[in-house]
Amino acid sequence: MHQRVARDAKPRMLMESLLGALTPLFATLTALLVGAAMLLILGANPLEAYSAMLRGAFGSTNAVADTLVKATPLLFVGVGICIAFRGGVLNIGGEGQLVAGAVAATTVALALPQWPGWAIIPLCLIVGFLAGALWGGIAGALKAYLNVNEILSTIMLNMIAVQGMNFLLRGPLMDPVQIESGSFIPQTARFSTTTDLPRLVPTRLHAGAALAVILAILIYIFLWRTTIGYRIRAVGLNPDASRAAGINVKRYMMLSLVLSGALAGLGGAVQVLGLHHRMFTDGSATGFTGGAGFNGIVAALFGKLHPLGTIPASVLFGALLVGANQMQRAVQVPSSFITALNGLVVVFVVGSDILSRRRARRRESLPSAEVPALDVQPEAEV
Amino acid sequence: MTDQISLQQRRIERVEMRGIVKRFPGVLANDHIDFEVRAGEIHALLGENGAGKTTLMNILYGLYRPDQGQIAINGQVVAIHSPANAIRLGIGMIHQHFMLVPTLSVVENVALGLPSSRGFLLDLDVVTERIRHLSQTYGLKVDPAAMVWQLAVGEQQRVEILKALYRGADLLILDEPTAVLTPQEVEELFTTLRRMAREGHALIFISHKLHEVLSISDRVTVLRDGRVVKTLPTAEATREDLARLMVGREVLLRVERPPVKLGDPVLRLEDLWADSDKGVPALRGVSLQVRSGEILGIAGVSGNGQRELAEVIAGLRPPTQGRIIIAGVDTTGWSPERLLKHGLAYIPEERMRDGVIRDFSVEENLILKNHTDRPYASGIFMNFGKIAEYADNLIANFDIRTPSRDTPLKNLSGGNIQKMVLARELSREPRVLIAAQPTRGVDISATEYIHRQLVAQRAKGTATLLISEDLDEILNLSDRIAVMYEGQIVGIVDQHEATVEQLGLMMAGAHRT
Ligand SMILES: Nc1ncnc2c1ncn2[C@@H]1O[C@H](COP(=O)(O)OP(=O)(O)OP(=O)(O)O)[C@@H](O)[C@H]1O
Ligand SMILES: [Mg+2]
Repeated sequence: MHQRVARDAKPRMLMESLLGALTPLFATLTALLVGAAMLLILGANPLEAYSAMLRGAFGSTNAVADTLVKATPLLFVGVGICIAFRGGVLNIGGEGQLVAGAVAATTVALALPQWPGWAIIPLCLIVGFLAGALWGGIAGALKAYLNVNEILSTIMLNMIAVQGMNFLLRGPLMDPVQIESGSFIPQTARFSTTTDLPRLVPTRLHAGAALAVILAILIYIFLWRTTIGYRIRAVGLNPDASRAAGINVKRYMMLSLVLSGALAGLGGAVQVLGLHHRMFTDGSATGFTGGAGFNGIVAALFGKLHPLGTIPASVLFGALLVGANQMQRAVQVPSSFITALNGLVVVFVVGSDILSRRRARRRESLPSAEVPALDVQPEAEV
Repeated sequence: MTDQISLQQRRIERVEMRGIVKRFPGVLANDHIDFEVRAGEIHALLGENGAGKTTLMNILYGLYRPDQGQIAINGQVVAIHSPANAIRLGIGMIHQHFMLVPTLSVVENVALGLPSSRGFLLDLDVVTERIRHLSQTYGLKVDPAAMVWQLAVGEQQRVEILKALYRGADLLILDEPTAVLTPQEVEELFTTLRRMAREGHALIFISHKLHEVLSISDRVTVLRDGRVVKTLPTAEATREDLARLMVGREVLLRVERPPVKLGDPVLRLEDLWADSDKGVPALRGVSLQVRSGEILGIAGVSGNGQRELAEVIAGLRPPTQGRIIIAGVDTTGWSPERLLKHGLAYIPEERMRDGVIRDFSVEENLILKNHTDRPYASGIFMNFGKIAEYADNLIANFDIRTPSRDTPLKNLSGGNIQKMVLARELSREPRVLIAAQPTRGVDISATEYIHRQLVAQRAKGTATLLISEDLDEILNLSDRIAVMYEGQIVGIVDQHEATVEQLGLMMAGAHRT
């Protein structure tokens, strides 16, 4: 080996990867700064607002528990997104997959009220997992075998899932009490308490949060330590070379959407068993999911599409969501401000990701990205 | 920066790079390099893979910042922060990988990103006129209205050159421009380059082919390990000198091919037909056989079905008719996975696209075709200890120059990437090897190494199909030579009976059988 080693290369690399990990955090802070300007325009005191936010998210045991409860579905969806993106497919169908998993788990929970917890809980979780897998798998099959763009198909499957949910909750699954009393609120009866996920501490925090963290670790091992994960990543990075190397590209593309959907579906099942103990709808998807199907994507990006990075990223977004509610109450800003703030964070995080990737590419000069790039526009040639 | 503005008025007379240093993680790519190019000269930059040529040129073109050193144009120190900057200073660069938009026409590509003379309205007619003028002046044959995706590689390269000239490039950097060209196209390119030099342009020419450097350049600078070994007038250099300067030792420009006992036919093609990507027949009834211990060379001008032939045998393109028989088994229509388990190895022509995963590490790439085999995997779990051992072994045995097995493959030089592919394919002890353009873009010592490995594999009884546009390579390595023309084999000759003239005639379609 006659390549002389540059002495100061190591620390510089460390610096760069540290900076890379902190970029989303800086992006969030910048977004909050812009939010502060908006608060000023709205006539509210930003300091007061943000301290209310912090208190709301972390100020008490209950607040922390609420933050973690909010983070849980984000983590389920986010880890699924990591798999899909590593496999080179974009899964925008988290909402529909959450709903599919929740509806499936709900059906089983309502149908088998006599079953003991040790049997019914795993069964509901498995059914939710499978329903999500099916919902992701449809998009996967359409992509792999009919070349249908997965962004379009997952979005359309979201709509189908929501309409299916609305139909079931206004019909076959509707709470009989609602029908008798004539109020017809579209929700199911409360499930039998045997289906309740155990609580971790005497708050709303349920075992689903722990399950999500365990899964994130397992998926990390799956992606980087197993031959299947290796193949998923190979297909995501270079389908042509993968095919020439004997990997069935279509199968692995499909598999990554199946697994991605399955995790979101499991997340949906956990939501109904651990938190709501029933299913309900306001007609839209977000009524039930709270937008977790989309926020989970952002959490995954925030976590650099790494399952372990997605854990703190989900907590941060959970905190943002919970804290924002508190802030709204404290300084009396319109609720649309909260949506705007959320949107700002998304734009800044995704934007900083694209920018830092550009920089990295500039440094290398060759078109490349460590993970399948989100930005598809070609580098403009001057 | 007033000095930069005033520079714009004057043409580039002289560009100097002084004491350029550039480090990458684990590598000192440029180590105090002094380099100079003057108007009217073609200055060749020679060096093995990884010597630092592209890095140096990327610095000159503003893609990288040097860690140390200065660049001066006509004696004035300038700072080049970006390609836009370089272009404004009159520096243009043709990368090995073109950067054209395939769905736009030639004119549109040239005009892209430039202000229009009519404000917000496009002035494509004006641009078209100027392109016509430029292509006449420099002998660059291009149809301005053609869509880029329809153009052959050589034509795309001419568009890139036009684009640079249109933007007023006085200094043009060409990074391995001939690697993708047919011999004819190389001649045309050289005519253009000579004309440009006569018009007072400065040209920097990078190539691994010594005869090209000797025929086109006025001066040569040889780099080794990131340092300048020597700059000398081309007239004072010989092929052997340059090879020795580059490698630092004597290089065998020809490998010994000891006689081997031929075995049974291992690869047999019977009346094979296949379509090209455009859906027209590219293979039109190819029949041949390769015996164990034999290298069959496929010569031909590129685009006569060689690519399709390789892909059909490798299971990447379905044949429309005919049969493929490997070791007595009809493998027609088999998946790539089954074929590689059956003993087929494939060195693809487009290695960056079909051969490697650039964002994977060297180790992950080496294991690409046997990561599910014992002992590298137990069940679904990968056995990293064994994989590391295997990778380190191959890195040592095949002399792959890399900081470590964990280095991302994209950080390796072209020749070392090709050695990685070769290591992966040959280590599986294949029965049949398809080697497509195995030394394209690879330096002379790596070429020598790859040639020796192919000959060693032949001694082990592998049947090799060697597809190459490089006649020297074909004549050097093959036992028999088949010439392809318009999707057919126009003739097969024994190596010791073959002459360059005869092969040339056959490649042009003569000697039809
Ligand atoms: N972006 C990068 N990151 C890390 N190392 C790099 C990078 N680019 C180049 N290198 C390393 O720097 C050295 C010089 O590479 P360079 O591409 O300049 O070589 P070259 O002379 O152009 O070789 P080739 O003939 O193969 O094109 C090599 O060891 C290469 O691995
Ligand atoms: Mg190079």
